[in-house]
Order: sequence, then C-alpha cells, then structure tokens
Amino acid sequence: MANDEFSLRRSLLYVPGNMPSMLQNVPLFHCDAVFIDLEDAVPLNEKDAARILVSRFIATYTQRNKEVFVRINALDTPWGHEDLCRVLPARPDGIRLPKADTPEIVERLDTLLTEMEEELNVAIGTFKIIPSIESALGVINAIKIARCSSRVIALAFGAEDYTASMEIERTKGGEELFHARARVLWAAKAAGIQAIDTIFADVGDMASFRTEVALVKNLGFTGKSLVNPRQIDVVHEVFAPQKDEIDYAIQVIEAIVRARKMGTGVIALNGKMVDAPVVKRAARVIRTAVSQGMLDYQLDDEVIYGTH
Amino acid sequence: MARTSLGRWIPETFDGRLCRPYQDPFSLQPMGQRATRALRRVNPGHNKVMANLTEAILAAGLKDGMTISTHHHLRNGDALLNMVVRAIHALGIQDITIASSSVHPVHAELLPYIHSGTIRAFECGVNGLIGEMASKGEIRCPITVRTHGGRARALMSGEVRVDVAFIAAPCCDPFGNMNGIAGPSACGSLGYATLDADYAETVIAVTDYLQPYPVAPISIAQTQVDYVVAVESLGDPQKIVSTTTRTTTDPIGLMIAGYAAEVIEASGLLKDGFSFQTGSGGTSLAVADRLRDKMLAAGIKGSFGSGGITGYFVDMLEQGLFRTLFDVQCFDLQAVRSIGSNPGHVEIGADMYANPFNGGAIVNQLDVVILGATEVDVDFNVNVNTESNGYLLHNTGGHSDTAAGAKLSIITVPSIRGRLPIIRDAVTTITTPGETIDVIVTERGIAVNDRHSDLKEELLRRHLPVKDIRELQQEIVALTGQPKPLEFEDDVIAVIEYRDGSIIDCVRRVKA
Repeated sequence: MANDEFSLRRSLLYVPGNMPSMLQNVPLFHCDAVFIDLEDAVPLNEKDAARILVSRFIATYTQRNKEVFVRINALDTPWGHEDLCRVLPARPDGIRLPKADTPEIVERLDTLLTEMEEELNVAIGTFKIIPSIESALGVINAIKIARCSSRVIALAFGAEDYTASMEIERTKGGEELFHARARVLWAAKAAGIQAIDTIFADVGDMASFRTEVALVKNLGFTGKSLVNPRQIDVVHEVFAPQKDEIDYAIQVIEAIVRARKMGTGVIALNGKMVDAPVVKRAARVIRTAVSQGMLDYQLDDEVIYGTH
Repeated sequence: MARTSLGRWIPETFDGRLCRPYQDPFSLQPMGQRATRALRRVNPGHNKVMANLTEAILAAGLKDGMTISTHHHLRNGDALLNMVVRAIHALGIQDITIASSSVHPVHAELLPYIHSGTIRAFECGVNGLIGEMASKGEIRCPITVRTHGGRARALMSGEVRVDVAFIAAPCCDPFGNMNGIAGPSACGSLGYATLDADYAETVIAVTDYLQPYPVAPISIAQTQVDYVVAVESLGDPQKIVSTTTRTTTDPIGLMIAGYAAEVIEASGLLKDGFSFQTGSGGTSLAVADRLRDKMLAAGIKGSFGSGGITGYFVDMLEQGLFRTLFDVQCFDLQAVRSIGSNPGHVEIGADMYANPFNGGAIVNQLDVVILGATEVDVDFNVNVNTESNGYLLHNTGGHSDTAAGAKLSIITVPSIRGRLPIIRDAVTTITTPGETIDVIVTERGIAVNDRHSDLKEELLRRHLPVKDIRELQQEIVALTGQPKPLEFEDDVIAVIEYRDGSIIDCVRRVKA
C-alpha cells in the first residue's frame, strides 16, 4: 500500500491456516485485511502442514486486493521462528504477533524480520508488525510497544486472552474491557498508529456485535478483528461515513482544487479555513466512501498534496 | 444417431419411442387433440372403498406391461410407491412402467423389483440410487427424464398414458374428495397429482386419514376418483415437509445471494407487480431474504411468487409483498398451514404451472427465477441431472420450464465444488439450454449472456464483478486445474426430454 496513512483497516478477518477451502476464498471477501492464523486455529499436529499451505497460498495470491497478515505462533514457542522462515518468502504484508507483552518481544521480531528482509533481498521495513495486546502486562506496556519499532502500524487488542490473564469473564456489554481498550487506544493514537479492537465470538448474535462495533468506533478504534466473513458488512456499515460527511468532504476537495489553481494551498469554505489537515480528513472520508461503493469519485494524490 | 441443435448426439429411438432432436426453446408446434379416457358411470349406492391396495389393484385391472404413477409431494418421506410396487410384485404382475411425477432416494427400495422384472422402465426422472445404479449399468431400466411442465404436456398429449394412478391423499373421504392440508401426512398442495387425476385411466386415492364425507376444501374431486384405499401410513411426516426452511449462513452462499439480489435490482424488474420464483435451498432463500429487504425499503408490492413454496414466501405474502402465491408444492409446515387458510395462497396444478402446450402457463408470467446447477458451461447451458461422476442423480423439476418462461433467469452456483470447477467447456448433460439462461452468478463473478448487453452495462456501472464467462472459467480453473474427463460407454441409460417433448440430451453408462 503506497500511502499507509490512508490504508483502511476496518475489517481484519481471521482465516484458519489449515483449511484450504477457506483460504481459497480470501481474495473474495470484502474485508480490508486478513489474519491468516498459524496459532490458535491450527492444532499442534498440523503446524507443519499449515505453514506449507499458507506460504503456497500467499505466494499464489498475486492479485492482492487486501492486506495479508500472518498470525504466527508466539516467538517463545517451538513454532514461532519456523513460521517466519516459512511464510515470509511468500511476501505477506506483515505479521500479527501474539502475546506481545513487552517491547522487547516486538523488538526481537523486528530483528528477525530485518534478517529475513536482507536474506530475501527486499527493502528493510517491508514486513509490518501488528502486536497483539492481550494480557495485563501487554496493556501496561502498550505505550512503549506502540513506539518500539517503525514496523508497528497498529495495536490489536485481544480480549479473550486478556480476560483470561485477568481471571475474569468476558461479557457482551464489555464493561470489564473499558480500561484496557482506552489504554490501547491512547498508546496507538499517541504513536500515530491504528488501533484494532478484539474479536466478537458469537457469530449468531449480530445485534450485540453491531452494538460493540458502534461502541469501539466511538471510542476511537480504526478497525476490528473478525472471526466470520458475515461480520464484515456490519463493520463497514457502522464505520461508513454519513452522507453529510461525504458531501462536505467533496466540497472541501473541490475548494482545494480551486485553491491550487489559484496557486495557494489554503482557501475558505463556508467561512472556515481549508488547509492540509482538513483536506487529508476529507480525502479519508472520500476514500472510505469509495471503497464501500457509496461514492464514485476519482481522487488523485496530487489533489491532496499538491503538485511537487 | 441424431444431433440436437446444441451439438449433442442422441439415439434415434429410446425405449421404443422416436427421439425428436431438440431445436430451440419456443418453436415446436404441437399437433392433434388432448388425450382422453373412457367415460364411466357411478350409480347411487356405489362403494369406492377397497379393503386394501391389492384389492384396488385387482379392481383397476392392472396387468403386465401397464403404466402406473404416484406424485412426489411426500418427497423423501413417501411410503406409497414402495408399498404399491410390493403389492404389484406379490400379485406377480410384470413389466410395469413407473410414470410418477418424481422418484426420491427413499425409492431405492425398488431396486430388487427392477432386477426381478416387476418394474421395466421409468417415464420420469429419478433422484438418488436408482439413477446411480443405471449409470453404472447395474440395472437395465430405461429412464425418460422430464420437466414438471413436460410431464404435464406428456400426459395431456397422451405421449404418456397412465393406466393406474395411485394418489397419496393426506385427507380423503370415502367418495374420493381429497386435499393435502390435514392428516398425519399433510403436504399442502397436491399440484403434481392433478394431471394424474385428469388423465389416468383409473384413479386410486390412498389415504391414512379417511374422514367422513365430504372433505373440504377439495383439491382433487370425487368425479376423478375410482377407488379409495385406507392404509396405516402414507409416509414419514418428518421427511414429507421440513419444519422450517432457512437461509444459508455459509459466507460464500451469502455472497452469491447478495450478487443475485443486486442483479435483480439492476435489471429494473424489481418494481410494483414484480413476480418471482426461487427454490428452497439456503442460497435461494438468502436471495429472497435480500429481495424482501429491498422491497420493504422501496415500498414495492409484488404480484406473485410461484413454484415450490416455503415459509419465506408465506411471510412475504402476509407482509403484502406479494398479492398471490401460486403453489404447486409446499416445502415446509408454514406453507402447508398457509395454503389451508389464506385465500391469496393458491393451489395450482403442474399444467397451469409450467406446461408449454396449453393456453399459457404461469412460468410465462414470471419476471425472475433463481435456479441452481450441478454444472454450467461457457454457452450458458445448465446441467442439473448428472453429477461430476457422470451419474444420473437428480430430476429436472421445473428448471427448464421456469428458465424458458421468466424474463430473467439467474443461475446461482458456487464456482468450485469439492475441488471441481463448476463452469465447464461443455456440461456433461444439458438439462436447460443456454438460450434460456440470462445470468450466472458465482462468488467469483457474474457472467451475463450476450443477449443482455444492457444489463451487463448496468451491472458494470454498479461496480458488480461482471466477467466474461470464459474469463471467469479460466480464473476458476487456475485454482482447481482441469479435471480429468469422464469416460462413458455407448449405451444410453436415460434421455433428457426438453419441456416440448424433444430430446435435448441423453445420459450414457459410465465406464467402469
């Protein structure tokens, strides 16, 4: 993705790494990204086979229409390192690192990725990292984790392991998660990266799922991990910009186009100043709307940033 | 050998009947008169009730070489056909032809009677093991597969003459008035049996719920019925109708359904007066579900839903989204309850439903039909009869009838099944000609028949994944590889009759 700032990561779908019938459909789902799972979804006796399957799948998935992350096994397990060695040559976009409880764990992954990048002869920093914040320790360290590597593009909160580490039950209302979510959000926003909320496991309960998506959107999360493709549309609906937002964004873009013709980067619209941050926000709204099929609009980087 | 216009080689004759090669969907003109049967006289005091099936068979005069029929409203719960054949066998009668409206997997019980010579042939399509055994050459028994409308045509034209019809009557009186809405074997509509009641030489009503005269409402009347037999049970109610029919939760099925609903919306047909038919499969119901939402959102009032009816359609009738349901077969309990109580829910016969050779069938009034397939090909031909192993496993149903009749016929099908690509260069068996198929919807893209360039442009304008069918095929084959071709022997085990009586394809024995 050329410009990471505009990478939409609203819907990030888990796909088990040991099921060919599901992997073959990855290109079809309308989610923004997938987490191909080598960790919890794959039984111990299938770890090897899953690595082969996943690396073959990613290598053949050349017409990428979404980001591909691989959730490897934790680096302190017997499988984590080998997972990396097997899947990175297939060029996923990045790694979702489970149990990222400390910045040191993430830094260790960063080092391994750099080594692999050198070996594979790809640019340093190609492989991104999404650390999973999924324990009390991880929540406490979230602020440092978010800043420990330039590869870290988002923090992903994992409530299932988090509640287990807290020795509490997860509820549908999610009150018990409030503090942890807030801290993960602060850490991500302060570091200027994205924040991805936890999965919602009850696929049958779409009403509660929708409520939770609305809640986390309002809190500031930029996306949500998903366990079933049926959840994708709900996330996109809730995250979709409103019509007046889109209308305003188009006015902003049209105003800035006029401004650039006049040789300036600033213009007034309805008495308010339109400058770079306003244009960027408008562009984000338009790209979101276009990506969801709500709008047919060609938007060039030149319009947003001006001619170099 | 003769060649159809679609390039299929078919035998000159099959089971003693001349095979007319298929030419096109609409131009074959029928000749002659409707079939008829002998007049009869019943005087006051006449008793129609027979002590048992055997007595009724004897009274009907069933002899070697004759043809019998049943209807398939009891679906895989049907016990009657097996019961009838056992009784025929016990009487030592041989060479019987079965001309039922359909045969289900439960009728695999008939296999020994095919071996023994009690059954000679099937003048109807078969679902399940009988077709498989015929495909393997393990039974010798010619099968003529017909559409629902084609069966109506064949009975009406006299091409198929039923000597004795055994009509499962879920609720019946001693004089033969019957309906399907009450009793332990209630199945709702008796639409496929009305033809047998009209044209069979002798009509025997068989019931497990004999009620005092008169039974009402009347689906099939006493004037059509010669004998009435009470039996303990007509079948297994669990397997006759489903308790409920549900939409799919499979994400691929939902994706296909979503695209299909978008295609319907883009076609411009979704407006007041909209008419629609779909099956009872999970993906079909998911399409209905999406359409219901679109109709409610836009305040659209449809005219009718038709075919096999599910609770989904009943809900749409009750919500005012359709004025009428034309019901030839009920798929679930909710449909059975509705047909017995809602005047807008109309029981129709297979003739009115789909017969091409009458004053006009309901399928001709359809805007949109959603259909399935076991395979499709790059010419939009559809196979629903044979599977990837080449075995004849499915009956045609109303597939070709509704495809020919509807303004927009849409095939919804996953692009891959069990590692096999579903879009082929040529389908194994042509059930429904591509000339009558408008759109094929898969999860990997939507293929539009070249005849509909306007629709294609509109779909592209709406950013739907429209692809040339060959391009779509290549994309699928790139994943699956090209399957090994099936190998067949020369001998023909079944012919696939098109709705007008021409032969569109045949099924050959699979090489062992």
